Amino acid sequence: MRIYAILIYLFLYGPIALIVGFSFSAGRYAMDWQGFSLEWYGKAFSNPLITEALVTSLTIAGTTAFLSAIIGTLTALGLERVAGWLRHFFDGLLYVAIMVPGIVIGISTLVAFVTLFNIINPYLFAAWNLRIEMGVWTVIAAHVLFNIAVVCLLVRARLTGMDRSLVEASEDLYATPMGTFRQVVLPLLTPSILAGFLLAFTFSFEDFIITFFVAGPNVTLPIYVFSSIRRGVTPEINAVGTVVLMTSLILLVLAQLILQRGSRTLKP
Amino acid sequence: MSDQEHSRAVTALLLAPAGVFFFFLLILPMIVVLVYSFGERADAGGYAPAFTFDNYLNLPARGKAFFNTLTLAPFGTLLTALFAYPMAYFLAVKVSPRWRVTMLVLVMAPFWTSQLLRYYAWILILGAKGIPSWLEWIGIQDVRIINTPWAVLIGAVYGFLPLMVPPIYVSLEKLDKRLLEASADLGATPWKSFLQITLPLSLPGVATGSMLVFILLMGDYILPQFLGGGKVYFIGNALVDLFLQSRNWPFGAAVSIALVIIMFVTIFFYMRFVLGKSGQRRVAMV
Repeated sequence: MRIYAILIYLFLYGPIALIVGFSFSAGRYAMDWQGFSLEWYGKAFSNPLITEALVTSLTIAGTTAFLSAIIGTLTALGLERVAGWLRHFFDGLLYVAIMVPGIVIGISTLVAFVTLFNIINPYLFAAWNLRIEMGVWTVIAAHVLFNIAVVCLLVRARLTGMDRSLVEASEDLYATPMGTFRQVVLPLLTPSILAGFLLAFTFSFEDFIITFFVAGPNVTLPIYVFSSIRRGVTPEINAVGTVVLMTSLILLVLAQLILQRGSRTLKP
Repeated sequence: MSDQEHSRAVTALLLAPAGVFFFFLLILPMIVVLVYSFGERADAGGYAPAFTFDNYLNLPARGKAFFNTLTLAPFGTLLTALFAYPMAYFLAVKVSPRWRVTMLVLVMAPFWTSQLLRYYAWILILGAKGIPSWLEWIGIQDVRIINTPWAVLIGAVYGFLPLMVPPIYVSLEKLDKRLLEASADLGATPWKSFLQITLPLSLPGVATGSMLVFILLMGDYILPQFLGGGKVYFIGNALVDLFLQSRNWPFGAAVSIALVIIMFVTIFFYMRFVLGKSGQRRVAMV
């Protein structure tokens, strides 16, 4: 049993270790160990295509995480106040947004944007000689859609676990609803909002398939990695991949720690 | 404004942003895709209005993609469940409570990291310079793994094991240990107790994990693209081709409607037969 578990961990982490390991190789091919070297990191981060893609990805992920954290929290708070069909309806949409494979979200957002552009572009063009097209903002909109659901589920889990008597005590002490929210509810929700922000950032930063559909001519880091793997693997990709994998693993561990710490403060 | 009206206005404001996103980027697009699926391909690609069932009648043209998806996705799900079960059992029963959560998180973590890079690693492992060259070294020659259905299955187990273990773990962990003691007291062997108590009681977890994995596997693109190498392609690959390369949107819309219908049927069966009529049980995903 114990051996089986070790084998499973090897199976899960071996491939990741392989990329990390070979990113430090001096060899010119992806699976060619020629001694330790940081050469490929230097090459990768002096390649303007890669640095530009990195900046685009960071912009998209940062904005997505920020918007998702706010909208997801608002939604969780709003859903606390409704019951009946509206609540079921939103619940259904949240689960659909999380469960549906990325490719379906990619297609439907692509179709939505193109239909929208077809309708308003003639007017924009007639009025101001303007056209709107796919870009960073369409990617952000599509990413926010499913990350709202992620943040909302985390915040709701926390809201339902919250000690109601704290809110009641605050009201008894004549705090305004806004005061209660700011001084009692918001501090209690902060860990889950923060964890939601980190998860949304990670998901957006790594997303390939949705971005593939709605990015237009923009290149994010996963799109760059995808097209260079198609052209043939290079050690440069190992270096970029290592940075991406390590960043996301660190963010995930951080989110997990924040959540665990948060659940400890929740207990009365 | 009365208090009640005020409170309603606040609720509406809280839900409005998400409502706008869901309406314009999820509900409306689904309707548009449905409308497109009855249309015709415009000459330059894209959509031209029409009302025809041709796109649906033409689905067999992508029969290979449907066949691959509907054979490899269930088989891949089954394999993932078989490999995940002993791991979940180990974590839930053999590991001390102190370490359980940490070790479970370690199993789940790879799922949330870049799918692109993890499958890229498998291109290296299964490709000519990977396992085949190691096998050659010990005398087995001309083994090809990459770009075969086997490569896609290995990828499926690798990619979705982290998603399959947690639901099984949850169902095993909440299992009442007294049942096993009672069974042992009544003279059952451990193996018999497992078959008659542990396994049946953990099947809902297996079903939940299988449904999640099956749905995501069916909609996968990167896995068949990287490890199937264009030879073993899924519906997802057909969709990317139809929407982004050949730009036959109406046909692509029909294919995606077919995919979504298969997914809903899966969920329906899951709710009907696993959750039962009450449908109350929910297993957290995150």
